Amino acid sequence: MRFKDVFSIIGPAMVGPSSSHTAGAVRLGRAARRLLGVQPEKAEIRLYGSFADTFRGHGTDLAVVGGILDFDTDDERIPHSLELAASLGIGIDVRPGKGLAAHPNTAEIKLVGAGRKALLKGASIGGGTIEVEQVNGFDVRFSAVYPTLLIFHADRMGMIAEITGLLSRQKMNIGSMDLDRKGRSGDALTVIESDSGFNAELLESLAAIPDVGDIRIIDWTEGSM
Amino acid sequence: MRFRTLEQLAAVCMAEQKTISQIMLEDQARESGRSAEQEQEKMSAYYQVMKAAVRKGLTESTVSRSGLTGLDAQRIMDYRNGSGGSGRSGSSSTVGSSGDMGSIGNSGTPGSPDGDEALLGGPASLALAYALAVSEVNASMGRIVATPTAGSCGIIPGVFVSAQERFVWSDEHMVAGLFCSGAIGYVIANNSFVSGAEGGCQAEVGSAIGMAAGALVELRGGTAAQAVHAVGLALKNTLGLICDPVAGLVEIPCIVRNGFGAVTALAAADMALAGVRSVIPSDEVIQVMLEVGSGMPEKHRETAKGGLARTPTGRRIMRELYGKEKDDDACGMKAARKSKLLRELPRRPKEDTQL
Repeated sequence: MRFKDVFSIIGPAMVGPSSSHTAGAVRLGRAARRLLGVQPEKAEIRLYGSFADTFRGHGTDLAVVGGILDFDTDDERIPHSLELAASLGIGIDVRPGKGLAAHPNTAEIKLVGAGRKALLKGASIGGGTIEVEQVNGFDVRFSAVYPTLLIFHADRMGMIAEITGLLSRQKMNIGSMDLDRKGRSGDALTVIESDSGFNAELLESLAAIPDVGDIRIIDWTEGSM
Repeated sequence: MRFRTLEQLAAVCMAEQKTISQIMLEDQARESGRSAEQEQEKMSAYYQVMKAAVRKGLTESTVSRSGLTGLDAQRIMDYRNGSGGSGRSGSSSTVGSSGDMGSIGNSGTPGSPDGDEALLGGPASLALAYALAVSEVNASMGRIVATPTAGSCGIIPGVFVSAQERFVWSDEHMVAGLFCSGAIGYVIANNSFVSGAEGGCQAEVGSAIGMAAGALVELRGGTAAQAVHAVGLALKNTLGLICDPVAGLVEIPCIVRNGFGAVTALAAADMALAGVRSVIPSDEVIQVMLEVGSGMPEKHRETAKGGLARTPTGRRIMRELYGKEKDDDACGMKAARKSKLLRELPRRPKEDTQL
């Protein structure tokens, strides 16, 4: 069954006009914001395919920036997100990107803030659902439909076993998992989508694993309509 | 879920002597692992969003970002009250039986029994106006609930909120109606489709009309079998409807189709409540929608490459908005950058682009 329940038919609550070009775009921006982990100082957004063709009329630019401000899909401040970002001193540069993307509704988002950088590329695949394709140069795929954990770490033997062991000890079920590395014994990223949220104890123990770097959470399942 | 087809849904209702909405709520709670009360609360929150969208569309500016559409719902309200374009009726009343929407103010008299000026008569013209209102709120980046999509978000609120005022139904009754609509949409979506990109407008607006019509039958006390007939009757009227939005925007013809859709839902519900049957069973009509949509050319499935979007006027509008025509992909980016729209966008100093 492609549609699982009544709320995949009635819902989500969202700011219009398009579930793919607006609601999905908010979620892409918000995923980038959670990846950076702080309010950015600068945001560079490149839109591809149908996003590039129709972003003005659909408010796709406003939607992505709304997401970068950590708004939910139904936040009525989305139409004013560019002014809000300006008033917060966030430099926004949004325009069509060069070349073609695999999916017609693709956005590439670079954020800079607090001395950190975040790069996220993803597509809006319909009905407000997104698919992230790339994070900080790593090729990983996830939807953020479920609470999602991103663990940046060194590529070494036993790392995945240690991470999954800690989740198992917390009685957490892994719905899906993806990982990529930049080279043998180089930097790596593990992405885990779970059925339940991640508690502080788990995050502390994950951070204590040798060779684990930044940990980020993308989870808007709670409190979301 | 205990049902995959509308026939199975009606059979479960018959066997358990329950309504479609009761079955949907039970199965939803089982699927989600949450309580029925929690699921009702979530649906109730959605209904409040729908009512707020009706109010917003009748009282605030709904001119879209493209400038192509807006304020038609308010035109209908003025017209149906005989006040024509400029002067508006001053009396006010509340929307929704619980009165929690507050006064609509002076932009017409929603909920009033009149509206005799409209050829449709009061109730149907009110459903028309409310559906347009919500769709215009959507087009102008207001808050709506996708039912089942943003493009078809006006039909269910238009029908539900106007019927609630007319028959003085409680919010709880309306929330039950939304579960009934959701059950019908669940069957359509899983056996056919509900997005214009996949199956054309019949899949979005057509599905929403079927969902609204079936729910109205239940809300008025009809049987589950009658509700299912209403779905088939409604869907047969939108088979083949293409998705051809001008400039790819959810505006032309989407907004007026939501208005028409609300009126059609009332007609389908009336027929079913009167005992009119869909001789071709509703599940078979859903299969026809799948067949027609699957065979629909790509240019008629939300690409703005055919239909109304490619008329001389549709192409002119697209040129004015984007400085190019959408199917011109090869040189599209360059043309888009040169266009008026993009020149208006804020630019940053060059060094800022070095990440």
